[in-house]
Amino acid sequence: MTKWLSISDVKEIIAATSAEEVTASYLELIEKSSINGYTCTSDGALDTAKMVDKGEVAGPLAGVPIAIKDNISTKGLATTCSSKILEGYVPPYDAHVIERLKAAGAVIIGKTNMDEFAMGTSTESSCYGVTLNPWDHERVPGGSSGGSAAVVAAGESPISLGSDTGGSVRCPAAFCGVVGLKPTYGAVSRYGLISYANSLEQIGPMATCVEDIAAVMDVIGGYDARDSTSIDNKIDYQAALVDDVKGLKIGVPDEYFGEGVDSSTEKAVWDAIAKYEEMGASWGKVSMPNTKYALAAYYTIAMSEASSNLARFDGTRYGPRSEGENWHVMASRTRAENFGKEVQRRILLGTYALSAGYQDKYYLKALQVRTLVKQDFEKAFANFDVLMAPTMPLPAFKIGEKVEDPLSQYLTDVNTVPMNLAGVPCISVPCGSSDGLPVGLQIIGNHFDEATLIRAAYSFEKNTDHHKARPGEVA
Amino acid sequence: MVYENPDGVRIGLEVHVQLNKLNTKLFCGCSTDYHDSEPNTHVCPVCLGLPGALPVINEKAVEYAMKIGLALGCDIVEQTQFHRKNYYYPDLPKGFQTTQYDFPIAGEGKVVIEGEDGERDIGITRAHMEEDPGRLQHMGSIDKSKGTLINYNRSGMTLIEIVSEPDMRSPKEARRYLDKLRSILDYLDVFNGDLEGAMRVDANVSVFMGERVEVKNISSFKGAERALLYEIMRQKNQIRRGGEITLETRHFDEARGVTLSMRTKETENDYRYFPEPDLMPMRVADRVPAVAATLPELPDAKRNRFLEEYDMTDMHAKALTSDQDIADFYEAVAQNENIDSKDAAVWVADIFKGEWNYRDLAIHGRTNDPVTPPYSWVKLSGANRKDPTITSSIGSDDLIYIIGSVNNGEISDNSGIEVIRIILDEGGSANEVIDAKGLRKVEDDIVATAVSETIAENEAAVQDYLGGAEKSLNFLVGQVMKKTKGRADARQARELLVAALKS
Amino acid sequence: MITKDEVEHVGWLCRIEINDAEAEEYAVKLSSVLDYFGQLDEVDTEGVEPTYHVADIMNVFREDVVTPSLDQKDVLTNTAEEKDGYIKAPRII
Ligand SMILES: [Zn+2]
Repeated sequence: MTKWLSISDVKEIIAATSAEEVTASYLELIEKSSINGYTCTSDGALDTAKMVDKGEVAGPLAGVPIAIKDNISTKGLATTCSSKILEGYVPPYDAHVIERLKAAGAVIIGKTNMDEFAMGTSTESSCYGVTLNPWDHERVPGGSSGGSAAVVAAGESPISLGSDTGGSVRCPAAFCGVVGLKPTYGAVSRYGLISYANSLEQIGPMATCVEDIAAVMDVIGGYDARDSTSIDNKIDYQAALVDDVKGLKIGVPDEYFGEGVDSSTEKAVWDAIAKYEEMGASWGKVSMPNTKYALAAYYTIAMSEASSNLARFDGTRYGPRSEGENWHVMASRTRAENFGKEVQRRILLGTYALSAGYQDKYYLKALQVRTLVKQDFEKAFANFDVLMAPTMPLPAFKIGEKVEDPLSQYLTDVNTVPMNLAGVPCISVPCGSSDGLPVGLQIIGNHFDEATLIRAAYSFEKNTDHHKARPGEVA
Repeated sequence: MVYENPDGVRIGLEVHVQLNKLNTKLFCGCSTDYHDSEPNTHVCPVCLGLPGALPVINEKAVEYAMKIGLALGCDIVEQTQFHRKNYYYPDLPKGFQTTQYDFPIAGEGKVVIEGEDGERDIGITRAHMEEDPGRLQHMGSIDKSKGTLINYNRSGMTLIEIVSEPDMRSPKEARRYLDKLRSILDYLDVFNGDLEGAMRVDANVSVFMGERVEVKNISSFKGAERALLYEIMRQKNQIRRGGEITLETRHFDEARGVTLSMRTKETENDYRYFPEPDLMPMRVADRVPAVAATLPELPDAKRNRFLEEYDMTDMHAKALTSDQDIADFYEAVAQNENIDSKDAAVWVADIFKGEWNYRDLAIHGRTNDPVTPPYSWVKLSGANRKDPTITSSIGSDDLIYIIGSVNNGEISDNSGIEVIRIILDEGGSANEVIDAKGLRKVEDDIVATAVSETIAENEAAVQDYLGGAEKSLNFLVGQVMKKTKGRADARQARELLVAALKS
Repeated sequence: MITKDEVEHVGWLCRIEINDAEAEEYAVKLSSVLDYFGQLDEVDTEGVEPTYHVADIMNVFREDVVTPSLDQKDVLTNTAEEKDGYIKAPRII
């Protein structure tokens, strides 16, 4: 079996052999992997595949393996957020997206490595150690869904799910040269996604091509009554797979090409925009003046929410428990000994930003800036169908390079956080390379206009070969 | 007479009402029917705070909260939302409590109580919705225990916290406020106050305009009165000894009847309230008319109507309307054409209610269907709270029969009371009990009784007759006929009178 | 700027045990991040409403209908210590 299969490739092979054989060969690949992309594989994967072969399970993804980020709850399968504090935790329930995937016949093949509690841009904060970038094992795969991107890039799963709070799907997609979508806030149920910053995050798919992104979205997207922020807004994703961008109006925000953007990255993105023009689209510059405050606003909000979301990890109901003369000391010690340093920093900062006397200065102010950032998008979409920018200002950095200085790592999220503040959808697609490392083009759409995003991304893919580049095959 | 409030006592109460008549909890579909269940059997990912689980608001809980707000005369807020109150405690599965903060669902209102010196308004500051924490059981006393056992069955139950102004001037007024609140809530049929933990009280107490002290962990109304009496005495003694009262939280130790300081590092807090991102805001103002239409006639309104419609004293009106079942029962009796409403008030309020309370009977089988007057009959059935194997039921038709029988002399007053007692203790209908116990006076007895009563009551006429005035005998016969409501035969009455006067 | 004392206070609020040396280190690292957040002060937000939710929806409710709870064993399976169906924890104070 060859590597890097699309969903339709997998279906062809299943038809020729069996779902069991496909799953078994993926499990074998994973077994031999050297990139540390998975935190565990599923014992039930082969059983599901066998059921597909017997015709007991059917659906649009019947027999198709999918890798799941380790912060999405899977019944009976360890879900740890790559954190020691959830060591041994096995959820008694499935996340909504997992229920949907199972009903569609997909084979949950395993859980993927991530920055602890999705807090990071490199997957280095995982308690399982960093995942290696398949393009260069000395570099990070991006984060926080580093495992989900890397296993797809390495051909160890055709598709995967990540989650994106401030770029956590798009960053690793760009760093690993795969496609990654962050849907509109409310388009995919968060029920079962372990919260980092709940007002910002969405589950999103990753794959080697836009077609597969649409296929997964058709399964996981849509309303769920168990998530009060879920919005009943039916989108037919696969119907949007149309190779036609004639008349598409592309906005290019200056602020996303600011200082610190790597020149090869910038060139690759401009080449892509030129390609769109060639295909019949037009482009114009757009100003989004509040972009420079987005990062500070994003981190303030994310850390504030996180400080509360992560309060439940107190050693009482699940996870390890440290010794202590009373419950409060036990909880303090459990948290100090089992949360990693970056998670502790963010909880402390978030607690501080919400505390008496500081809440207005930090948290409330950040929410007001969020409004301004959102308004920037509203104004831009009054004139343009989509916006385009580099996903990441630079290609994958070296492992260890930004570990000691958290702020320098935060700064790499500058182009991905504004969309989470505004709740708009965005997709990262491969658009070239910088020093042999993949570069991502970020296409941003208006609320619930995933159809236009998918059409734009699909058209680019149909008219270029960037998405076909594979690790080890790039000079 | 004006109550002087010599110690400058000011008491404010925070009452937590658990809406246990909802089918499900506030944010999840777990059943509220956990009281007799094994620990941790009524929990799901949401109310256990499992990672990834999300809350969804129970619409009925919002409706009930509005109903309570309206019944307390509160303004219902235009738009509201839930906040997170962040603090750490093992009964709190998410590390925060989902509650309301700057926009409680119900704003200012009031409750009228019988104060130390007449009727008095107790201001309601606010009423808001929140989730109940789980239940902790300390293995030993709280400070020396070997551990804590946690049962999350209660976690996520809907609570309404009703906060009063510090308008109560004595523990007695506090008790009256609680009784009145309970009465109103019972009328609304939103909770069963008999279930464990259905109403919990925290109190704020100050004396002589000093700092207020919060007393927590009060689990009963009786406990509230005791805790307040103790705390007021403690504060007065402290001041008398030259000490100062400082703002603090104290824990009521029910067994010892004392309040203890809780000042430890563990109770220091900065709740860091912020809006719950997982829940959307609620616009409720436009729902007010529909909810208001479901409100029953409340105790104060019912009392006024009783005073207008029936002949009774204010004391009886109050006694009859504090409990909706008793009020319904009364109306069913009073509306019978052969019963005088004042008679009925005496029988229901003074006699029946007394016997009912004495047996500590709980009302069972009350239906939610409104009973529209005129009532044909209302059946109250009770189970003894102390001995649940004793059940009995009594209907308004029973009481109508008893009152009628007393009025026409078939049974005595005492027999009437006896019949009520027997029905409550042993069951049966009024008719059956009167027959079975032989309480009915036979005809001859009735006339004989009337004769002896007449002789006793009319000494002058008797003396006249014995002195030879035959006409006086006619007068006495007339009296006997009157007493027996004409059922006695005049010749028989005359014979019995003559015989009695000769002896 | 955040002082060492503030770090210790915040650490207690969020129940993360911090020793003296760690508090020193946190004070430095967290201060640089807070300085960065401080750039929000530059933005004129006079009269700007905060955005708590990006979606403009309200009144998301469910009906008062019972759904199944977890089995007791699933509730207790992940806890460090259980006793007679209860989750056991150290004493509170
Ligand atoms: Zn539940």
